[in-house]
Amino acid sequence: MADITFTLNGERITLREEPNLRFLDVLREKLNHTGAKEGCGEGECGACAILLDGHIVNSCLLPLASVDGRDVVTIEGYRMTERYQMLEKAFIEEGAVQCGICTPGMMIAAESMLRENPDPTDEEIRHGLAGNLCRCTGYNMIIAAIRRAAKEGEGLW
Amino acid sequence: MKKQDISRSIEKVDSREKISGAAAFTSDIKLDGMHYAKSVRSPIPRGRIKQVNLPSLPKGYVVVDHRDIPGENVVKMIHDDWPVFPKTEVAYIGEPILLVVGPDKEKVAELADAVEIEFEELEPTFGFTNSAIDLHYDKGDPDRAFETAARTVSYEYETGYQDQAYIEPQGFVGYLDEGTYTLVGSIQCPYYVKNAVLATMAADEDDVRVIQAPVGGAFGGKEEFPSLTATQLAVALRKVQKPIKFIYEREEDMIATTKRHPSKVRMEAALDENNNIQGLRAHVGLDGGAYLGLSGVVLSRGMLAATNAYTIDNVWVDGDVYVTNTVPNGAFRGFGAPQMIFAIEMFIHHVAKEVGEDTYTFRTRHQVSQGDLTSTGGVYRDPIILDEMSKKAEEISDYHRKRKEYEDPDTFKGIGMSWFLHGCGFTGSGEQEKIKARVKLKKDADGTVRILVAAVDMGQGPKTTFRKLVADVLDLPLEQVLFPYPDTRYVPDSGPTVASRTMMVVGGLLARAAKDLKESWREGEVQEAMQRYKQPDYIEWDQDRMKGDAYPAYSWGVNVVEVEVSKVTYEVDIKHVWSVYDLGKAIDERIVLGQADGGQAQGVVGLGYLEVMEHEGGALKQKNLTDYIIPTAVDMPKTENHIMDNPYPLGPYGAKGVGELTLVGGPPAVALAIEQAIGRRVRKAPVTPEYIMELIHNG
Ligand code: FES
Ligand code: FES
Repeated sequence: MADITFTLNGERITLREEPNLRFLDVLREKLNHTGAKEGCGEGECGACAILLDGHIVNSCLLPLASVDGRDVVTIEGYRMTERYQMLEKAFIEEGAVQCGICTPGMMIAAESMLRENPDPTDEEIRHGLAGNLCRCTGYNMIIAAIRRAAKEGEGLW
Repeated sequence: MKKQDISRSIEKVDSREKISGAAAFTSDIKLDGMHYAKSVRSPIPRGRIKQVNLPSLPKGYVVVDHRDIPGENVVKMIHDDWPVFPKTEVAYIGEPILLVVGPDKEKVAELADAVEIEFEELEPTFGFTNSAIDLHYDKGDPDRAFETAARTVSYEYETGYQDQAYIEPQGFVGYLDEGTYTLVGSIQCPYYVKNAVLATMAADEDDVRVIQAPVGGAFGGKEEFPSLTATQLAVALRKVQKPIKFIYEREEDMIATTKRHPSKVRMEAALDENNNIQGLRAHVGLDGGAYLGLSGVVLSRGMLAATNAYTIDNVWVDGDVYVTNTVPNGAFRGFGAPQMIFAIEMFIHHVAKEVGEDTYTFRTRHQVSQGDLTSTGGVYRDPIILDEMSKKAEEISDYHRKRKEYEDPDTFKGIGMSWFLHGCGFTGSGEQEKIKARVKLKKDADGTVRILVAAVDMGQGPKTTFRKLVADVLDLPLEQVLFPYPDTRYVPDSGPTVASRTMMVVGGLLARAAKDLKESWREGEVQEAMQRYKQPDYIEWDQDRMKGDAYPAYSWGVNVVEVEVSKVTYEVDIKHVWSVYDLGKAIDERIVLGQADGGQAQGVVGLGYLEVMEHEGGALKQKNLTDYIIPTAVDMPKTENHIMDNPYPLGPYGAKGVGELTLVGGPPAVALAIEQAIGRRVRKAPVTPEYIMELIHNG
């Protein structure tokens, strides 16, 4: 057991837990944040993606200890932002959502990508999404959504 | 006011809750006092269970196995060979033998690992030798066609395993609600699950309730397999009397759940002196895996596609399902058709090349027209617009110019085109005799209308399109029509969510029910409208001889794929996909385009090139998403898709089937493109770099 302190969606919290717990389980089972999904548990699919100090990370491979002292944003926090609204609108308008199990992770990937590159080319978007698997779409509508959000949300990122 | 065209896209009704992560998928559900279940699996492909040695179980932890089953130890489907929990013998690596159940997930996993089972190993069977189902049909006089042939040409084709690889693994949460087994899960067919559980639990109709949770992808993979996990879970619920969560991990899902059948197809054509195909013989072999499940139906659907979009007068088709000691294979989008369409599309090209004809003219000459007889002697009754479709596809892809340019072998580039059909709905009289679909609309006093059907939204959109359809017929705003997640306590059995039947059949019944409701609408009153499936009178089908109209309607497609093959690594860069589809009428254009994009990812890129799965001695070599490679955004080419209007008189607003059509023609299109790029005849999919190298080196 150890005390782990971090910021979760803007709120500082301290947990007394086993430091080697998977952070995805901590989020989903102890903190009731089920927006990050488990698709593979092995770092391949990106369904469990969160932002750690602003960068995308697969939380299924993240031991609780590694979030100590850091800033965590999950889809539950991200959904409160203006950037989220912009991406949400674009995802809806471009038909980027089918079953939706990959979608929260895709949103996190889009945010992480646009933060570094607010005006990505299609090729850059493809590479930015390479760590997130979607089995329902062929990605083209997700790519179109991110392109649209970047364009219509100029200045947001 | 003129109504808007039904195809005009609207916001998908469940997009917001899915984007925000708020939609509660099965594994997001938490119940008080929830326990966890974990399977102990067979490590060998075949053997007798000699003894089970359990670790000492702490209080509150139990083992559940075949001895706990109150009813039949059979997963009720078509055959009764698939046990809920094996009693004496195991038949494949990964077969679940028993469950460990308890309150702490980690502890349950630890205990499951500590269970030791002693086996007497038996000689396993692999390959295409041990036939358990054989089917046959013929048309015309194939013997004579071959006797009088000027020449014959024959080839063999193979396709491999494909995993559905839905991103959400299989799972259920179950609890007892005043004695009722209540199962909430990631499923395609609520009533398949319910009926299987009824048989295993020897329960009464009202004692089992199945509820669909949001489904994180299925593609056929959640058609029959959930009947196994659900029956196991129900047996566990009876013993433990606590809520239980039962979710597969990715690796369990990969090694133990049904896949697309590997196939071997042999084709032989009899040609007359003008190089017209006057006869076709085909044999289709499917590796069924350890248990039959739905394999016989998959085989039949595959065989029915033997002549694809060509008219051949004399046909002889045989098929076998071979039982092997490998993971059971089953439903996967396309259901046998992708294997067959790969074979016949490649074969038509290979025959043309063999006789020295231009492949394009050769195919066009054999193409079906309205009024022709189908492979089983039924009639293509509705207008066929393949000419218009291929013209469109050629135009947007610049097919003919590129085809010519890439004839130069130095380019290592190629362009391929497939055309294909997909039979919509169940085969033959299946809807009428087996499924007997019923749908219900319920109107509350305040005018709210609820759609009560068992059709599942697994991403393909009926939550949106059904509401749109019913609202449109009733002239109501979308908000006034609701479609709650199917719950067998309230919804009638409208059949499984399979076979591209959801919009055409279930949607068709809903449109009729809505019309009835509209005509009898009384303000302020509670009202119901029911509809039951009635087969169109013109359909005649003889199941035993496989003769007549196999399907009430067909959807059609053309795929064009352009590739460039690396001269160094033989890796294929799939540059672009163009498609044209006739699915009658799109009930929501953007949803259909989404199906097209996803179908091409699985068909063109996945089954055609990228996705490799093999077993060695019954052990799958690809057990997770690290080894089993599915397309990423980088692998996926740009796509351009067109939807043609060709309304089917009996479909709602003219709609036919969509979901499978977008996959089935993909593999031959990419294989033909690669064939041109490398100047070798491709006979196997996926067309991997290793296979390309083999072809180039061996000629
Ligand atoms: S669940 Fe974490 S990457 Fe798949
Ligand atoms: S929408 Fe289903 S996995 Fe992406």
